Amino acid sequence: MAKHGRYLLRDSRFKPFEDTLEEYGLSPIVASSVNTLQINMGAACNMSCAHCHVEADPVGPDGPDKDEQMGRDVLEQSLRVIDTFKIRTVDITGGAPEMNPNYRWFLKECSAQGLCIITRTNLSVLLEDGYEDMAAFFAARKVEVVASLPYYTSTVTDRVRGAGAFDRSIKALKLLNDLGYGKPGTGLSLSLLYNPAGAYVSPSQGAIEADFRRRLKEDYDIYFTNLFTLINMPVGRFFTFLERSGNLEQYINRLIDSFNPEAASNAMCKDLISVGWDGTLYDCDFNQMMFLKCAVEYPTIWDFDLKALEGRRIVVGLHCYACMAGAGSSCGGETSKKN
Amino acid sequence: MDTYYDPEDLLKFAEMGEDGPELWKKFNEWYGEVFKAGALSEREKALMGLAVAHGVQCAYCIDAFTKSSLENGADAAQMTEAVHVAAAVKGGSALVHGVQMKKIAKKMGL
Repeated sequence: MAKHGRYLLRDSRFKPFEDTLEEYGLSPIVASSVNTLQINMGAACNMSCAHCHVEADPVGPDGPDKDEQMGRDVLEQSLRVIDTFKIRTVDITGGAPEMNPNYRWFLKECSAQGLCIITRTNLSVLLEDGYEDMAAFFAARKVEVVASLPYYTSTVTDRVRGAGAFDRSIKALKLLNDLGYGKPGTGLSLSLLYNPAGAYVSPSQGAIEADFRRRLKEDYDIYFTNLFTLINMPVGRFFTFLERSGNLEQYINRLIDSFNPEAASNAMCKDLISVGWDGTLYDCDFNQMMFLKCAVEYPTIWDFDLKALEGRRIVVGLHCYACMAGAGSSCGGETSKKN
Repeated sequence: MDTYYDPEDLLKFAEMGEDGPELWKKFNEWYGEVFKAGALSEREKALMGLAVAHGVQCAYCIDAFTKSSLENGADAAQMTEAVHVAAAVKGGSALVHGVQMKKIAKKMGL
């Protein structure tokens, strides 16, 4: 993804992440297993969010990312890996992964294998022409939906995701609710993903979830299963914002000051592999955007070596402070009870 | 010294412990406990801190509690209401002292 990759791995202004790990006796971070294959199907998206670490945006047929959509060959090999190594969870992300032409086919195949399927959606894509039946497609296969929603008001959400994004998100959530998503007893899980609308860290997951639940119910009669909090990663578009707004130093120092060793022990990279559009393997989606490949001899989906990957040393840098701050941060929300 | 208030000075707050470490330690322990969730949530306490910060017009406190309010999930509408609470209490405080003015003026009048 040639246009991506704005980040800091090391910088003399900040205490190196490796030094902090050493201080707590946590160095190096080593993977323990591979329970989840997280598949980034490409950066194409119908939105252009201010915090996006992928720097995804709408692309036309000649757009810069047109060749960076995951192809059928990578997906077929991913299915073989999942089957061979008995990986039970596939976590699909992008961009807007729904826009990849192979998306529906891949979900059908995962469903046929009886996998736990998580798909990450920006919600508004579910209302776009040609995608109106996507929510029902999810429901028919009991796909777990994780939906980005930075806040429960339009003012904040639109500031992060563009004008009109909140109203479209609410429409899409109603569509999902009407299918049974987010309602007890349906088996259809709808999780919301909160991220701060600026250069500050997230509130406690429990506290903000209660606010979301009350406000979305009272204002829009919307239900959801869980809310996950995510701390914005100083990578990509959010990194550019931090630099441009003069917030970079205070933000990184805030993350460093909030370092929580328990969150480091529970980091998501310890049991997840991230697959890039071309089949390259990474420790997480953030490392993928920074081109930091897994530290194994052949980090590709075609050379998937479970034994080597399970014991691999995670590639770290300053950005990793974001996953270890406060109660921790991951694609599945907090990773620690301690703040 | 160009100005009494320098944002960098907030980061030097811990220097207050250099000549009185025991008192500084006690202050920190108590301060930390005060802002933990209890009968009031952490966000309610952060918003109260923001209101008081404006009431006492402490630039350091406004900086700290604006960040704390945001980090506890407050939005601009909630923070603005908190500042209005401070303004209303301060305004009301000035106005209610008009009673003293009236009492004194009445006593002095014919």
